[in-house]
Amino acid sequence: MSEQALSRRTVDIRSLLARHGALIALLVLVAGNMALTPHFLSWQTMSVNLTQVTTIIIVAVGMTLVIATGGIDLSVGALMAIAGAFAPLIFEGKLFPVPSVLAGVGIAFVLPVLIAGLCGWFNGYLITHFRIQPMIATLVLFTAGRGVAQVMTNGNLQAFRMPAFQVIGLGKVFGVPVQVILMILIVWAAAWTMRRTRFGREVLAVGGNQRAARLAGVPVDHTIRRVYIISGLCSGIAGLIVISINSSADANVVGLGSEFDAIAAVTVGGTRLSGGVASMTGTVIGALIIQIVRYMLLANGVPDSAAMVVKAGLIILAVALQTQGQRA
Amino acid sequence: MRQGLSARTLVVFGRYGVVFALVLLFAFGALRYDNFLGVFNLLTFLRYNSMFALVGLGMAFTIMTGGIDLSVGAVVALGSVVSAMASPYGLWAGLLAGVAAGLVVGVINGLVIVRLNIMPFIATLALMLAARGTALLFAGNQSVPVSYDSGFMSIGTDDLFGFPIPAWIALGAYAAGSVLLNFTSFGRIVLAIGGNEDATRLMGLPADRVKFLVYVLSGVLAGIAGVILAAQFGAGQPIEGNGWELFAISAVVVGGTLLTGGEGSVGTTLAGVLLLGLIFNILNFENGLGWISLSAYWQSVIRGLFLLGVVVLQAKLAAQGRTRTA
Repeated sequence: MSEQALSRRTVDIRSLLARHGALIALLVLVAGNMALTPHFLSWQTMSVNLTQVTTIIIVAVGMTLVIATGGIDLSVGALMAIAGAFAPLIFEGKLFPVPSVLAGVGIAFVLPVLIAGLCGWFNGYLITHFRIQPMIATLVLFTAGRGVAQVMTNGNLQAFRMPAFQVIGLGKVFGVPVQVILMILIVWAAAWTMRRTRFGREVLAVGGNQRAARLAGVPVDHTIRRVYIISGLCSGIAGLIVISINSSADANVVGLGSEFDAIAAVTVGGTRLSGGVASMTGTVIGALIIQIVRYMLLANGVPDSAAMVVKAGLIILAVALQTQGQRA
Repeated sequence: MRQGLSARTLVVFGRYGVVFALVLLFAFGALRYDNFLGVFNLLTFLRYNSMFALVGLGMAFTIMTGGIDLSVGAVVALGSVVSAMASPYGLWAGLLAGVAAGLVVGVINGLVIVRLNIMPFIATLALMLAARGTALLFAGNQSVPVSYDSGFMSIGTDDLFGFPIPAWIALGAYAAGSVLLNFTSFGRIVLAIGGNEDATRLMGLPADRVKFLVYVLSGVLAGIAGVILAAQFGAGQPIEGNGWELFAISAVVVGGTLLTGGEGSVGTTLAGVLLLGLIFNILNFENGLGWISLSAYWQSVIRGLFLLGVVVLQAKLAAQGRTRTA
């Protein structure tokens, strides 16, 4: 009897680690940094860390939904580049005449994001209509998408100064960066959708068991197309933020490697790649962990290249802990 | 409606379509451009694409087991850096160093996947970061010049019997890979794992050992590609190889290997690599003719469209196969 209780308790600790391991790790990291890294809790440090992690989190929100359906989206970085290439072309009136600067900026906020969403729809169409595996289907736009952005801009860097547009990357409301507010809104909306709406449950059903979901009357194909559209829209927004911060759009660089950063954040946050689970808070925590570890290493004089190796170890550790917890 | 196409033709087309396409594209190039069949063009083409061929071969084996290796591009970079650092001690030292780098990453990949039971996608994604970081660390964030007088560069730039040495290496690797896949128990277990891993294990076959070895193989081949890269371009390049993993996956898929594993061919993988490389070559010639002027950026657009065409075609063939058997 007591033995049983004991074994149950160890199991509890294991599953606790598996379920809340990411949060615990984040708290330990923050505490450790408060002790070790000078000025860690300063407003400036927080602001630097938050602005650096915003775009990853926004992309990772869409990626969490995609992964929850058991899919993957490798095209997000390329879609960021496409949105980033379109926006300056639009507000500088190079694509079509714009009536006024402000109208141009307004269109530049909306149209590139919609184009990225359309690309997301295309991913979903390939997956649902032709039954192509998500990884290969999104590999098409991963390859061609950045190429389209490069062809559109001839591979040139488009430098610009457009304060009205750059609000999205440089503006602040009551001292809080606009992009951080945007990120919080997106995360909140996604978390609410997953918890409170029919669509959220359908996403999990599709990821849990696609065939069963289909038999139960879940509009599987429709749901899948929608998550890829959402992922595209998120990537588009992230692309606009990146070019605003940089005051330039470089199709060769914008969003490069973002797909892997986002996937890393999602997995460290506890969303399984096999689908059926989605944890928005987990994804945010995962992205924050990766960011804080990187910052901690940089602030203590460790080069960025060594930080990459640490990040790799972190991903493996997090996922290994989760698989252990699942087995228990 | 489509009864005219027999099931047999469909199978043949599905498997060897890439070879037909390669022959067609090659014939197109030969007829349209004057110097296309010139020795210089052909040898340069082979010399350069042998690196992609090596990476693609390793990728094909991992995909046949139902896995994937995302670390290959970073391993190429690491291999090139390490071999450039060892190049003053001669050709063999450089080659060994590059192979060792690939071996180490491959062994870690294999251990993480087999022992920790982590999905190949995540494991090799992490190792991609680690290998890239190590390459940058070793190289001090800049390219590492190779020694010009130790004879190291001959592995990338010299010919043997009128044929580039890198192409010989790739050819040897594909011959060995083909034997390994088709005539050994290792090859059969590779396909068995991809078909049904649990069943393979229940049959008492050493699934874990074979899976482990597949990632070691992929790492070593990528390491050799790194050595060739350093020798060909005279420097170890820590930021090179970005996106090679996805190029290799495209080549394998274009070559008709299913991403779900359990099926695949070494020869058509080579055809897939050559086909994607040939697109770039023909684009260069087309620009040379002066009718059109497509920047190098079109290359990725065209490759993407090509990949799209192939996977849609494969999906349609697969769907037809399903309705036929149903």
